[in-house]
Amino acid sequence: MNHDPFHWGKPLDSVYGPYNTQIAQASNQRPENVRTNADFPSMHTQQPMITGTSVIAVRYKDGVVMAADNMGAYGSLMKLDDVERIIRVGSETIVGISGDISDLQYLERILDDLAVEDSYDMEQDNLKASYVHEYLTRVLYNRRSKMDPLWNACIVAGFDEEGEPFMKYVDLLGVAYASPSLATGFGAHLAIPLLRKKADTMKDVEKLTKEDAVNLVKDCMKILFYRDARSLDKYTLCVVDKTTKNIEFHKDVRCEDMKWDFAKHITGYGLPQL
Amino acid sequence: MVKYALEAIKQGSAAVGITSKNHVVLVALKRNAEELGSYQKKIIKIDNHMGIALAGLAPDARVLSNFLRQQAMSSKMVFNRPLNVAKAVYSIADKAQDNTQSAGGRPYGVGLLVAGVDENGAHLYEFQPSGSVLEYVGAAIGARSQAARTFLERKYEEFADATKEQLIEYALTALRDTLSQDKELNSLNTTVAVVGKDEQFTIYDDDDVQQWLDRLDSLSNARNRDEPQQEQQSQEQAEQPAEQPAEPTEQSDRMDTDE
Repeated sequence: MNHDPFHWGKPLDSVYGPYNTQIAQASNQRPENVRTNADFPSMHTQQPMITGTSVIAVRYKDGVVMAADNMGAYGSLMKLDDVERIIRVGSETIVGISGDISDLQYLERILDDLAVEDSYDMEQDNLKASYVHEYLTRVLYNRRSKMDPLWNACIVAGFDEEGEPFMKYVDLLGVAYASPSLATGFGAHLAIPLLRKKADTMKDVEKLTKEDAVNLVKDCMKILFYRDARSLDKYTLCVVDKTTKNIEFHKDVRCEDMKWDFAKHITGYGLPQL
Repeated sequence: MVKYALEAIKQGSAAVGITSKNHVVLVALKRNAEELGSYQKKIIKIDNHMGIALAGLAPDARVLSNFLRQQAMSSKMVFNRPLNVAKAVYSIADKAQDNTQSAGGRPYGVGLLVAGVDENGAHLYEFQPSGSVLEYVGAAIGARSQAARTFLERKYEEFADATKEQLIEYALTALRDTLSQDKELNSLNTTVAVVGKDEQFTIYDDDDVQQWLDRLDSLSNARNRDEPQQEQQSQEQAEQPAEQPAEPTEQSDRMDTDE
């Protein structure tokens, strides 16, 4: 089969009028000679530009541990090395965001507006993590329904209405689910199996201590740095803790005890052949 | 003018609301325009955790309750969060206040008792067409409601720890105090609603309300304006038509006017 659309033939001009060949030049910028949007097909985001890689999170008996590295990648280039991808919303919620960084900044802005709006009319902070998650799901699903998605996958963590730990996933399609271990992007392939060894069910979670959970997440971040070529060894680690009713933020955490001896045996991949 | 709107509330039949720590009760007296007609709806459910009782222009109450229902659904849809009661009542208060200072419009001619339960506990608010909102332990609006308030003022200290059943008894007793001498509460003209921390908003009408009226009949039928030491004596006369002490308020002349 000839895969060139221009060789597929076209509707009869006598029936359908002349074919608008400009459709092939659809873009997200409106050309100057076009008067209305209807004259010209518009194009929405079809791929993310600068991206953040995985966010990983795991439940433990008193809360949630979440981590995301600080890199903004432009293709395979490390464009930014100081992106904070875990954001606070109110006092009881954190949101870890992977995917497009500009859409991350947009989400950051609307979530901040949400927190401000909420503190206005109640004169106290009433925004629970579960509310933030539901709101994000609505926003993301609404945008995908306009065929103009926000190119992100998020993990929302914090405290719910009952003050219990909360952790749930939502992505650019509006797909939402909860599980004792969650990860976005590459982490969904590499980190999830490791996380599930320790926290597969809520029964496992009851046995998992804060220290074990933090070490587990640190291990996963190290393995992601080993094997995910768009990741960084500098990351932010957050701990949601029910006993202290607090959300700890640890910035600029580094991967430790790495062994790179094997690297000298690697050949190919653009490295000089032995 | 707001003065006339506040007057319209007094023309409507009475509604009483009481809160305990975990429950809110609304009771109201329904009126029928004529013998063969149906009774005017007095209590409207907003959501599983909230409802209103009205006194005044019923159509205005419908407009406000429809608005509240929309707010409640939108809160559920967007945040999966039951609408906060204070937020709800202030949202209609803002609408009411707008009407008091814009040309061409008129204020809402209805007063509401908003009952609901949220993350901060059980709440009872009184809404007025002026846009004024106040939270109460016990409140009464509508015709001859001063009589009910007098009862509430005497008993309010017992409300906080009362059970749901006791709360309904108190509310019905207060409502009964608003009646004129020739009238009594029955299953047709009484409506009761309860909402609690672990209990959805429920309205009791017609046959369902009889169970609560039965409880009332087992209590003293004496008007509760009597001094405590006289209660013993008045209980003996329980089965006889209760004596109605002269109502000194200026409301008595319009006690049976219709809205």
